[in-house]
Amino acid sequence: MTTQLRQTGPGAGVGAPDAVPRRALFRKRAFGMVGILIALALALLASLAFGANPLSLGEVWRGFWAPDDSEASVIVWTLRVPRTVVGILVGAAYGVAGALIQALTRNPLADPGILGVNAGAGFAVTIGVGLFGLSGVSGYLWFAFAGAAAATVAVYLIGTAGRGTASPVTLVLAGVALAAVLGGFSTFLTLIDPETFRSIRSWGLGSIARTGIEDAMTVAPFLAAGLVIALLLSGSLNSIALGDDLAASLGTKVGRTRVFGILSVTLLAGGATAVTGGIGFVGLMIPHIVRWLVGPDQRWIIAYSALAAPVLVLTADVLGRVLGRPGEIEVGIVTAVLGAPVLIALVRRRKASGL
Amino acid sequence: MSQTTRRPRETPAAERIDFGYAIRPLRTRWASARVPLRLVTVAGVLFAVAAIAVILAITLGDYPMTLADVWAAITGVGESFHRTIVLEWRLPVVLAAVAFGALLGIGGAIFQSLTRNPLGSPDVIGFDAGSYTAVVLTILILGNTSYWSIASAAIIGGLLTALAVYLLAYRRGIQGFRLIIVGIGVSAMLGSINAYLITRADIDDAMTVGFWGAGSITRVSWTSMVPSLLLAVVIVVAAALLAPALRKMELGDDAAITQGARPTPARLALMVVGVGTVALVTAAAGPIGFVALVAPQLARRLTGSPGVSLLGAAAMGAALLSLAHLLALVIAQFYRTIPVGLITVCLGGIYLIWLLIRETRKEYGAPR
Repeated sequence: MTTQLRQTGPGAGVGAPDAVPRRALFRKRAFGMVGILIALALALLASLAFGANPLSLGEVWRGFWAPDDSEASVIVWTLRVPRTVVGILVGAAYGVAGALIQALTRNPLADPGILGVNAGAGFAVTIGVGLFGLSGVSGYLWFAFAGAAAATVAVYLIGTAGRGTASPVTLVLAGVALAAVLGGFSTFLTLIDPETFRSIRSWGLGSIARTGIEDAMTVAPFLAAGLVIALLLSGSLNSIALGDDLAASLGTKVGRTRVFGILSVTLLAGGATAVTGGIGFVGLMIPHIVRWLVGPDQRWIIAYSALAAPVLVLTADVLGRVLGRPGEIEVGIVTAVLGAPVLIALVRRRKASGL
Repeated sequence: MSQTTRRPRETPAAERIDFGYAIRPLRTRWASARVPLRLVTVAGVLFAVAAIAVILAITLGDYPMTLADVWAAITGVGESFHRTIVLEWRLPVVLAAVAFGALLGIGGAIFQSLTRNPLGSPDVIGFDAGSYTAVVLTILILGNTSYWSIASAAIIGGLLTALAVYLLAYRRGIQGFRLIIVGIGVSAMLGSINAYLITRADIDDAMTVGFWGAGSITRVSWTSMVPSLLLAVVIVVAAALLAPALRKMELGDDAAITQGARPTPARLALMVVGVGTVALVTAAAGPIGFVALVAPQLARRLTGSPGVSLLGAAAMGAALLSLAHLLALVIAQFYRTIPVGLITVCLGGIYLIWLLIRETRKEYGAPR
């Protein structure tokens, strides 16, 4: 693992696949893709099969293929299928948003949750609920976008208040501070007027079980747009990894890449937070795991992150359902417990700044 | 430990040299000390601010009282109903505001001084989250709500968290920023465990859940306040005894040894005392965030002292938490009761952001 990580320093991004022989890299990517797809299929099946209600696999199977009025069929189609769909969508969104923020800020510790983007979206939604009486995901959506965009820009400005690029640590601290303040204000509002905020009371915990399939479909186009922008940007991100000046000399329009990158993060993290309330650490873990499979090329990282992150979200959700019986543990809590050790491991690494 | 600093008699000229800080030497038969005038004045003013805030806070509440009523109740001549309200209900709460604020200030000063980093306070590194996890587990799983079991759980939880953070951040020495990020990771993990535990508690009322999570002093009563105050006195005395060693250790371990300090045992003792401050507050009131972060730094700016001072931090912490409590009561007049921890988190977080901007500018220069 260390050899892989060591050669991912700046400069290994664009034209330097020689560090690992091409064939070995290709094999790794191919096996990685197969592995991710198998894991995704397993996670999908597990997400349909496990739950608070102990249905046998046969019942789930019949209920899924022959929708009728039986208990198994109703549970599968009204509870488990929607949350699985939501899990796949928001997983991909957070994974890609994390990869994107890490590339844009050249910061291996970045994540929409850690940097306060989710908290910004959540705070804006709280404001919207309080002032304009919003209800439902389609109402939350635009506020979530505005909040996510504002938080992304704010964290970036705080982190780069001085000359030069923000150090990973400053950016993380800025995000944590922003998340604490915004979370504090959100709780403040919900406490002084609990009736108005009933619908988003336990929002900060991050769950994929709250919304139905219609809400997922409302958000899906925005998440798809964010994904497409991210994939289109990924080539430019490779040169951004070399530093702004070098990227500009290679013909990359740095400012434009940044603006579209923030737009994409906003769509992905804001949209996903509108549905779930904010799931942290997915965007931190997945790009690192994926980078280990595909090397430092951002085009591959972003594509693989979109497929690998849903595996994590679905697995965490299933874990939460199995461990939390008879209730369940929200997926955001499970990802935080899984992800915090990753953050610690990353900061313990010798070169925490290398990406 | 060594309160006695011997000053050579044969240098009367030293009295006339400008040392930068006005200092009044204090000599008695048993001990002598240098008393920094500005620090003592600022601390006195801050404690006075805390006292005024606290007296105003007593008048506010669901049953408003005038200052005269409060005075009568305290001096024992008022109506018995007033006396119950003031002495039984409101006095322990405002005492908690002052005492807990001072404790948090001391804890913050100790850890900021040990890590030599203004961000290295126990609430950022996650010790209060660890204490709180232990407290919630004790209450929910063991069902034990006696003060001593909760307090000891808080101290054990805080110490274990401190140990875990320290070991995880250790890699051929402790580097300040690695410690802080590890602490953030640990507190993120414990924070979500706490959130899970609290939502699973048999509390239907959303208000109570919010209060539990955010740190509130309004449910403090004499039964928990008396032992808290006793322990607080022990902790404050211990901190005062360790303060000279702490000051020497700011010079670095090697220099501290030449000054007669023993860094390793002193550091261990200081960590225990620092965790003790946070644990004590967490046991009685839940995690009250960012007072420990803000108080030592604000005190340092006001007193113009070279490092963080325990006395200044304690005074500033007491003033801050009393003012936050007063603000919470004023807000309660217009809307609803909100936990004081929420106010400190909102205001303290804004301060943290400002601090980060400042540090970044100092490091890289002003933006182009």
